[in-house]
Parts: sequence; C-alpha cells; structure tokens
Amino acid sequence: MDIAINTSQSRYHVNEKGYYGDFGGAYIPEMLYPNVEELRENYLNIMRDPAFQQEFESLLRDYVGRPSPLYFASRLSEKYNSKIFLKREDLNHTGAHKINNTIGQILLAKRLGKKRIIAETGAGQHGVATATVCALMGLECIVYMGSVDIQRQAPNVARMKMLGATVVPATSGSQTLKDATNEAIRDWINNPVDTHYIIGSVVGPHPYPDMVARFQSVISEEIKKQLTEKTGKALPDYVIACVGGGSNAAGAFFHFTDDESVQLVAVEAAGKGVDSGFSAATSQLGKPGVIHASKTLLMQTDDGQIVEPHSISAGLDYPGVGPFHAHLYESGRAVFLNATDNEALAAGYELSLLEGIIPALESAHALAKLKDLQLNPEDVTVVCLSGRGDKDLETYIKHLK
Amino acid sequence: MNRIDQLFSTKPKEVLNIYFTAGFPQLGDTLTVLQALQDGGADMAEIGMPFSDPLADGPVIQDSSTRAIKNGMKLAVLFEQLKGFREKISIPVVLMGYINPVLQYGVENFLRSCQEVGVDGLILPDLPMDEYETEYKPLFEKYGQHLVFLVTPETSEARIRKIDSLSRGFVYAVSSSSTTGKDKDMQLQASYFEKLQSMQLKNPVLVGFGIRDKATFQQACRYSNGAIIGSAFVKAIENSANLQDTVQAFVRNIKQ
Repeated sequence: MDIAINTSQSRYHVNEKGYYGDFGGAYIPEMLYPNVEELRENYLNIMRDPAFQQEFESLLRDYVGRPSPLYFASRLSEKYNSKIFLKREDLNHTGAHKINNTIGQILLAKRLGKKRIIAETGAGQHGVATATVCALMGLECIVYMGSVDIQRQAPNVARMKMLGATVVPATSGSQTLKDATNEAIRDWINNPVDTHYIIGSVVGPHPYPDMVARFQSVISEEIKKQLTEKTGKALPDYVIACVGGGSNAAGAFFHFTDDESVQLVAVEAAGKGVDSGFSAATSQLGKPGVIHASKTLLMQTDDGQIVEPHSISAGLDYPGVGPFHAHLYESGRAVFLNATDNEALAAGYELSLLEGIIPALESAHALAKLKDLQLNPEDVTVVCLSGRGDKDLETYIKHLK
Repeated sequence: MNRIDQLFSTKPKEVLNIYFTAGFPQLGDTLTVLQALQDGGADMAEIGMPFSDPLADGPVIQDSSTRAIKNGMKLAVLFEQLKGFREKISIPVVLMGYINPVLQYGVENFLRSCQEVGVDGLILPDLPMDEYETEYKPLFEKYGQHLVFLVTPETSEARIRKIDSLSRGFVYAVSSSSTTGKDKDMQLQASYFEKLQSMQLKNPVLVGFGIRDKATFQQACRYSNGAIIGSAFVKAIENSANLQDTVQAFVRNIKQ
C-alpha cells in the first residue's frame, strides 16, 4: 500500500499552486494563513516519511480492517444484466470510508504537535471517525454538527459522545453541513496554534482537497489490485460514487483519472428534483465561486450568496463540490448524474433485499444510477459503497410504504 | 488624493473607523447610519457588504448580515443607495466583504461602481495576497481603490513587510487571533503591538477586533494610528428606536 505520494502525476490532480484547472486555491482570511501554510509546507513531507506510511498502513490494516473487500454482487448483477462489484467501505471500522482520512490526518496532527482536534460533520460519519481516532490517540475532540443533522442522525451523535467527543450544534443558516463547516473554521481562527482541523471531505483551502484525496486514494489503489485478482483486468468500465463534497468519489477515482477507458460516474443528490428548489446537485445548479476558502462550483444566487441545499442524505447536503470534482466535471473527465431522494430510498431497499446489505443513504445515490447507465453484460462496474445504513434506519423506515 | 491618505496626513492619531452592515437594521438605513457617523465625529466608515457565510465573523455580524440579506441588500442595491452620497459625506468610506459576491458582480464592474459612487477603499479578507498581486492590482489602481490587508498576532515579520508593501491606505491589525466580536484581552498582545510599532510600517495601522468602548479604543490607539469598532456598534444600533441619536451618542462616547 502506498498513499499516492509517488504515484500522483495525473493532470487531473492538484498542481504545485494548489489548483485543479481553474479550481482550488486557498481563499483564506489572514487569521487562517499560518495554520494553512503550516499544513501546506509539511503535508507532503510528512506523508513521504516511511515511518509515517508504516504507521498509517498498519492502522488501516489492523484497526480499520483494510483492505476492504471488493464484492461481486451476483444478484444485483443479474438484475442489471452486467457485472457489478461493490467496494465495501461500509465494512471499515466505524462503518464508512471516512476513517481512511481521519487516521491519516490524526497521525499528521500528532507530528505537527497539535493537542486539540476539531471537525465538521454532516451525516455524522466523519464526526464518528474523528472522535474514534481522537480516542485512539488521546486527543481532545470537538465536532461541529448542524442542528438539523443532530436531529436526523441521532445514533451517530450518541456514538461521538460515547467516544468522548464534544458535539457542538451549528445553529446558523440551514443548520446542516455547510454551517457546521463555517463553525469549525471559526473555531480554528480562534485557536490557531494548538488545534488541527480535520476536514472530512475534499473541500476547503489547499492543501486539504489534495491531502484528503491522497488519504482516500487507498480505495482506488485496492480496487485495481482486487479487480485484477478477480477478473484479470485492473480497469473496470465504470466507477460510480456519490458526491457531496466528494471524498469517497475522490478516493475511488484517484488512480483511474488517467485511464481514460474507465468511465468515472459521480452521482449528486437531486433532492426533490434538480429544478425543485430542494436539491444539492451542485454541478447542475452551481456556478464558479468561492466556498469554504476554495474556488469551485457552488450553488449561489446571482448576487453571490450561497444557497441552502437539500438532500435526504445529510452527507450529500452541501452546496459545493470539491475542486477536484469541479475540474473533472468541467474537463468532461467524469460524467455527473444525480439521484432524487426517492430514487436513493428505492436503491437502498433494493440492495438490502437483493444482497443483504443496507447501504448508507449517501451510497444509495450511487446505486440508484445503475438503472440509467445502460450497462452491457460484459461491462465491469465498481460501485463505491461508501458507508453502511444503520444511521439511516429511521429515515428508511419512515419512507417504507 | 485618496480620502484615506488625506485623513492620515492631517490626523495621524486616534482615527476612529466604525463598521456597520449595509441594509441593517432596515434596508434603507445605510445612508442614515453613514450620515450619523459623520455627524457624530467618526473619522472613517467601513460598510459591510453582507455575505451568507462570513467565515471571519462572530455571531453579531453574522446575524446582521443574515438580516440585511433578508431585507433585500445586495451589491447592486448598495451601489444604488450610495449614488450621490458624496454630496453630503466627506469622510473616507471603505467597503468590507467576502470575495464571492464581488466575483459574481465582476471584479472590474465592482471597482468601477466603487469609484463612481465615491468609495475610497476595500477590505476583502479572503482575497489572497498573491492573487491580488498577480491578477487584480492594476485594476484596483485604475479605479482608485485602496486595498487594505490584515495582519494578526501570528503573522510573521517577513509577511507583515510584504502585506505593508501591498496595502494602500492603512494596514488592518487584527488585535487577537479571533473572529469578530470576541472580548479577548488586548493586554496579552502588547508584544505584538510593540513589534508592529517598532517595524515602522509605511502604512498607518488601525487596530480592529475586540475594540468595543472608549477604554479599548484608547488602549489600541496607544500602539497605532487608530482603531476600528464593528460588532459593538452593530449591536448598539440593532434595536435602536432613533438611529441618528443612537449612532451619534455611540461615537461621542468613544471620542469624548
């Protein structure tokens, strides 16, 4: 396993100035400059250190349970008359891909001498993954979470508290992921020296999108190896992943960006429909702008005010998208589809009944597009099953007809 | 000569700059507040362009921004309100805000509008210095707009020099590492202010963040050319029954 230090030469990856094409950068107020600059100067050197890589890899193996299986979903494949594999990030410790990144960042924070960890969370998966690694390392943990999300993801709030984290409600704006991110950034401004901010997605100022993508790139690294073992070919025809900020998609796409035969499919949350006014389909509704210190596509008014998004899935309920994805979209390298709340719910039930796997509502958005891809029987498709659905049971059951 | 430069050339000490959010408490209050600031004796005014996600701001300015946006404030409306304000108001006026609304308005359009109505300078905390230098500097100069950069207690000396070389009008010294409206103790930052003083910057220095009354204003002025009050002022006018009186009384309490 390597963490994409020496293998990242793709023209779709970040350049030395922190940009992906026209997107990225670090639009930070001066108060954040020393924190972000400290990270920018150190992150690659730390990640290159063999001792760091060894510690990262051994924790991924023995603590997270990697490699996560690449599972051939035979009944799902039968239904769509194609070959469909699921990358089982749901089987990771804490139940989602988020822990790949938090393990990496906590080791980095320790090497930078930080004593206090802050994080934002939407669905609570990143909050739980952060609280988990803070407990593991004995560091103080504060998680910002929108008040609305605290309501709809109660089990994860309880888990964070049991793991010793302080969960602080974000009460401004739409009281979801965007606002939790604002509050975490404000905390960092107020605590610039001793605190590391573990961002959970490929968003925020450079170097965060690149750093998080590299930690998550283990997903596509494993897919290539596992697919070779199972099919004799390293390259699938499709890789499908859901995109809110886009961290599991960044990890699933990372090592495939230069393999142009692989169709990368990003699935955004359409909410009640792209044009319903209740949506989070950023590539369809957004324009270039600056959100959370990154130039990217974001949903905004003509006057540049950020629009409050909607999705049934708290993890996709974000009005922006990481700059890596904005670049994949603008360059045409990835195709961007979207799934409505109802399509995601149906896909969640479908996978439960066909394969005995209850997916997170986020991942269900990716599954929901299998029906629209017109797959051939010979096509090999990998769906990134980013998380498990335990946290969403209440929502699933409420919508059970 | 830019009005900011003019001000500091005639009054190098105890400059009082007051921040308020455009279109707050009511949409039509922008000019009323501005006029009352001048009448009360403020030396400069900083008009906040409200943004939905003001990362560097604490709850008071967040709330005033949210309310201003709900009131219908946007850049086009603000420039409409400011048309002709120079007939009555002579103090320097800077606009403060976040980069995204400016990008959507169009940077050059924005600078042109600023010049047309008589704005003297800008504070855009999330516009990176490098990007300003490589992409926008000539435009700001073309439209006579001074851009003010921030320094903080964590800013290195080399970077302070660079910021001073790019800033026009003044340098905004953030009093402590915080969002706006926090009451962190400025005493603790004495060494930072002394360092700034000893560096003898080419620009005047105004201290902001945490300045809220006469005592903190005077404390800040010991080390600088003046100070900026934001959250405390916004809070004072929030529920005012008579804006003219409230604003003028607030300024007089600081100045007298």
